[in-house]
Amino acid sequence: MNAGGARSTSAAGSHAVQIGFVVGLVVLWYLAATRWGVSSILLPNPITVARDLWEILRTGEYVDDLRVTLTELAAAFAISATSGVVLGYLISRSTYRIRVFEPLFAAIYSVPIILFLPLYVLFFGLGPPSKIALGATISFFPVVLNTIAGFGYVDRLLITAARSMGASDYQLFRFVLLPAALPVILTGMRMGFTVALLSIIGSETIASLAGLGHRIVHLAEAMEMARMFAYIAFVVAIAAFLNVVVSTLEKRGRRF
Amino acid sequence: MRDIAVRVKNVSHRFGEEDEARNVRALLDTSLDIARGELLCLIGPSGCGKSTLLNVIGGLLAPTAGAVDVLGKPVQGPMPRDIAFVFQENALFPWNTVIENVDLGMRFQGVARAEREERARRSLEAVGLKDFAHHYPAQLSGGMRQRAALARALSLQTDILLMDEPFGALDEQTRMILGEDLSVLLASTRKTIVFVTHSLGEAVFLADRVAVFSARPGTIKRVIAVEEPHPRKPDFVTSQKFTALRNELYALLHDEIRKTVSAESAPPATPGALS
Repeated sequence: MNAGGARSTSAAGSHAVQIGFVVGLVVLWYLAATRWGVSSILLPNPITVARDLWEILRTGEYVDDLRVTLTELAAAFAISATSGVVLGYLISRSTYRIRVFEPLFAAIYSVPIILFLPLYVLFFGLGPPSKIALGATISFFPVVLNTIAGFGYVDRLLITAARSMGASDYQLFRFVLLPAALPVILTGMRMGFTVALLSIIGSETIASLAGLGHRIVHLAEAMEMARMFAYIAFVVAIAAFLNVVVSTLEKRGRRF
Repeated sequence: MRDIAVRVKNVSHRFGEEDEARNVRALLDTSLDIARGELLCLIGPSGCGKSTLLNVIGGLLAPTAGAVDVLGKPVQGPMPRDIAFVFQENALFPWNTVIENVDLGMRFQGVARAEREERARRSLEAVGLKDFAHHYPAQLSGGMRQRAALARALSLQTDILLMDEPFGALDEQTRMILGEDLSVLLASTRKTIVFVTHSLGEAVFLADRVAVFSARPGTIKRVIAVEEPHPRKPDFVTSQKFTALRNELYALLHDEIRKTVSAESAPPATPGALS
């Protein structure tokens, strides 16, 4: 009880520090924009930004761009999660395949794949398909690598114990391999989801027809800085919300 | 003439191929008969092949030469209906509670659901873990985890129980208590048990016979009978008989352990000094 109490107190304490940090940044921003003479082209007043954000939310003008971005994200993640888990599982079943593919995928994972965006645009056009393809490619690697790690390094003793008690192949998979690998796979999926979101919004800012990233760059080019900041705040909130959702799902899944 | 439960016939085992640099001859032409209802301890220097022999008997490892019969049938793979294992440690599924672990073993073995519940309850009661059925392995002490592993093996109701240093990772006191409980428990089940251990005291306390291994490549050097009825009383440990047997084992093992240690470490600076 005491330990739990102490932990929640310190958790509350660190939350307070985190919130204080963000509030401090906003205060600095406010002071820079109003007192220290930073041009409103570079740094609009946070109050104007808040007003614009409210306007955006009230009119619902964000809906189309949000739908484009989320659709791209969902499609990309569906592709990478499915192919990453299936391929990862198949690779993990043989030590030879692990030896060949794990270092290969790890090496490709460390390449900044966003550099291939022009190529993706040539292949798939300026619209969503190129974002989906890029997001799927980038998020495939953490999923496949964690799936290989999850299935490939299950404690041998647990497998031996299950076999000694007569476990069938299906039972071994369902009751030993899957629960052993699931936490690692879920972590890979969470990482994949995060990089998919980053790369999709990032590529929208570079070459696109619609989406939240597209909208932000468009506003910047039109010098509507307050609105641009409002959209950035909106994207940050969406990303934070998705991150909470995905992390919660990950924790749920661990208790499977 | 008593029934033979396990017959080990000229078993040899080598890890790796003969022409490989790192091949290890773990077991050399070992033969052994184990009577039904007997508790046999395998003891020997580390790397002598005692765990290898246990895995061969249990069908987890196919020997490079020789064969094993269990209850008159040749061993060709795991025999979950006849043989249950208790491993050294951490062989419980960490994502399952104690009772789920016990249940899952029986499920693997093919026991009907209705029967599993009752058997799980009884085997947890037998090892004194009734109140910890819904704990996860990580919430238990090492000793309790091994009790849970034992409960899982008992619930399978096999004639034969193979235990691979089940108390090896536990402290001396826990080990002693578990040994006493095991002796009481097993006296009532009439199982045939093969028990691998490092501990001389544990071997004498638990076994009907102790098979002493030679250094690698291991084979059985001597078999010593411990004629003392089960369940053994705690004061057996302080008896003359216990001390005499323990000393006899110590003398047999000492030379073998020396051989293992000098083979593994660099030769001494003055070669003549030790010979």
